[in-house]
Amino acid sequence: MPLVKGGQIVADRYVRILDDAPIPANGAMLVPAERFLADASELIARQAETGVIWPNNRDIDELGPYLDRLALVALVFPKFQDGRAYSQARILRERLGYRGELRATGQVLRDQFVFMLRAGFDTFEVKKEADAKVFGEVAQRYSVFYQPTGDGRSPAFRQRLQGFATRAPALRGAGR
Amino acid sequence: MYIHDEFDSTLLKERVDEFRDQVRRRLSGELTEDEFKSLRLMNGVYLQLHAYMLRIAIPYGTLSSTQMRMLAHVARKYDRGYGHFTTRQNIQFNWIKLSDLPDATADLASVGVHGIQTSGNCIRNVTTDQWAGVAPGEVDDPRIWAELLRQYSTLHPEFSFLPRKFKIAVTASDHDRAAVKIHDIGLRLHRNGAGEMGFEVLVGGGLGRTPFIGKTIKPFVARRDILTYIEAILRVYNQYGRRDNIYKARIKILVHELGIDKFAREVEDEWLSIKDGALALDEAVIADIRSRFKYPAYEKLTDNPDELKQALADPTFKAWYRNSVSHHRVPGYGIVTLSLKPVGGPPGDATAEQMDAIADLADRYAFGEIRVGHEQNLCFPSVAKRDLPALWRGLDAIGVATPNVNLVSDIIACPGLDYCSLANARAIPVAQEITRRFADHDTANLIGRLHINISGCINACGHHHVGHIGILGVEKNGEEFYQVTIGGRADEGAVVGTLIGPAVPYAQVANVVEDIVEAYLDLRLRPDELFIDTVKRLGVEPFKERAYATG
Repeated sequence: MPLVKGGQIVADRYVRILDDAPIPANGAMLVPAERFLADASELIARQAETGVIWPNNRDIDELGPYLDRLALVALVFPKFQDGRAYSQARILRERLGYRGELRATGQVLRDQFVFMLRAGFDTFEVKKEADAKVFGEVAQRYSVFYQPTGDGRSPAFRQRLQGFATRAPALRGAGR
Repeated sequence: MYIHDEFDSTLLKERVDEFRDQVRRRLSGELTEDEFKSLRLMNGVYLQLHAYMLRIAIPYGTLSSTQMRMLAHVARKYDRGYGHFTTRQNIQFNWIKLSDLPDATADLASVGVHGIQTSGNCIRNVTTDQWAGVAPGEVDDPRIWAELLRQYSTLHPEFSFLPRKFKIAVTASDHDRAAVKIHDIGLRLHRNGAGEMGFEVLVGGGLGRTPFIGKTIKPFVARRDILTYIEAILRVYNQYGRRDNIYKARIKILVHELGIDKFAREVEDEWLSIKDGALALDEAVIADIRSRFKYPAYEKLTDNPDELKQALADPTFKAWYRNSVSHHRVPGYGIVTLSLKPVGGPPGDATAEQMDAIADLADRYAFGEIRVGHEQNLCFPSVAKRDLPALWRGLDAIGVATPNVNLVSDIIACPGLDYCSLANARAIPVAQEITRRFADHDTANLIGRLHINISGCINACGHHHVGHIGILGVEKNGEEFYQVTIGGRADEGAVVGTLIGPAVPYAQVANVVEDIVEAYLDLRLRPDELFIDTVKRLGVEPFKERAYATG
């Protein structure tokens, strides 16, 4: 499954560790939430990057104490229609102030890219190769946004007060 | 009218381009029907019994004559020459080809009309009072708030994949014509003790298989806070609403299972963390939206002009005037309802020719403005009373001056088994038969206000739960049967009707309705005791006896 970062297909540096597999001393790794919480103090003390896969039915606030030591949070879209992780993403970015990599995983298709970028995701495990290839183009599809989110774009209702001259820059992570 | 600007039209163009690409991918097989489904739904495209159906939003029920002509054009060019106005200030085209959909949506977008979020598990078209801005005694024009909500909810990055659909309605009158108590969120604009304008927020109303009347979650939310408060409700719902069972996924079930107090505390906690964020509304933003609603240049006119006095000598005109014209907040003007309920016709349907003629009449007599109400009728919000006789002749000529507004033959009905893939039974022919039974206007007038609502299945698109008489089609051993409830209402005193007894077969429905109406005429205390009040006073028993005695 291609990983998109900064609008480009890139290699995934993270190794996924299953629940009972031994923790490698080096190298970026990604662990499930339960494993992470069980060994949190040990894991965040590692010299290499640690990421966590957080399910969409678990309170994201539980991650609060660890966020400054986490390099990656991977949220899950088990189905295209299951939108819980959009709320988790915005809470992570906008309330908990998480600044690390925020990755969308699961049923990730081109038709969600704009929503995901606006919710704060910056990397994407895209389900289909064809969708990953057009990421940059699809991410630029919309130039008007009606609501404010943590992506910093000014919504239409504020831009109207300022006139068209001050349109916000392209979406963060869109790669252009 | 709301004046669309470059932001609105740019977004619509971008949406049409995206949808065109999605249809292309579906037609080429890149997308499976299952993958395409949630994409098409978010553009208002259903797959019905016979064809794709396109549902178009009419935000807060307001249409310009130009937009109405475009609806006529779409009906003529891409469909079979007619459209169906729904209970949610939408219009549906029932026979559109998939390959034509991008062009049809592009044509509509050219006049600011679209199908975005008229389906799918997202925030649907925000609805309000069809008399907004012209009804006497409103606290504010609720369309300003509906428009703010429309913009806020359009392509919302967090709330486009909710557990289930989400409907918001706004009213600003003491008399609620927007049915806010049967919506996921209902907003009632009012003034608090300090004279400040704000919103009573109701949550968890809805019909379907488990009907609930909305509960007040917060009696007063200031205007600056309304979007943040709604965002808090949606965020709690998006995370905790049930996704394991489609029939338990609406917010009403979450509110019911948690209890309104616990749900309100969750929302309050969430709200306190976002209330002073970027979504808080300042006065400049509200004023900007308000400034883009244009109102007619009303003249100073007499409230009882000679043209009207003379025309009232004609009993046919008089019957229509008394039935279909309502008080306007400006003297000399009236609000005119156009009945889309001709005797024997499908409720809410209009042909392309009617739509064009209505647009022309709106330009000539009604400042080019048309409204759509949840009762599936249209409305000219502002007509000079001196023009009423001429307007009436124009409306009568195209069959939309039936003087039955709010009467027994002004029936709300869903498309039912004639079109809908979910339906268990027909709804339209039941409505048509009932209108034939009560075709005599004198009888209908004698009966007075009586709302009959018909749904062809438990999903309740015909709002049967809140009909004064509600009719629900069910299927029993392969045959159509109908459950009958009485005493429901959708207004400020909203209540779910009570079942009067076992379901009856198709052929008996109109008879049962006639029995119930006859019982009411016998039982009412005075001619001005409405059906709904007689039911409230006596309960269902006396009606049940009559309905089943003659079975």
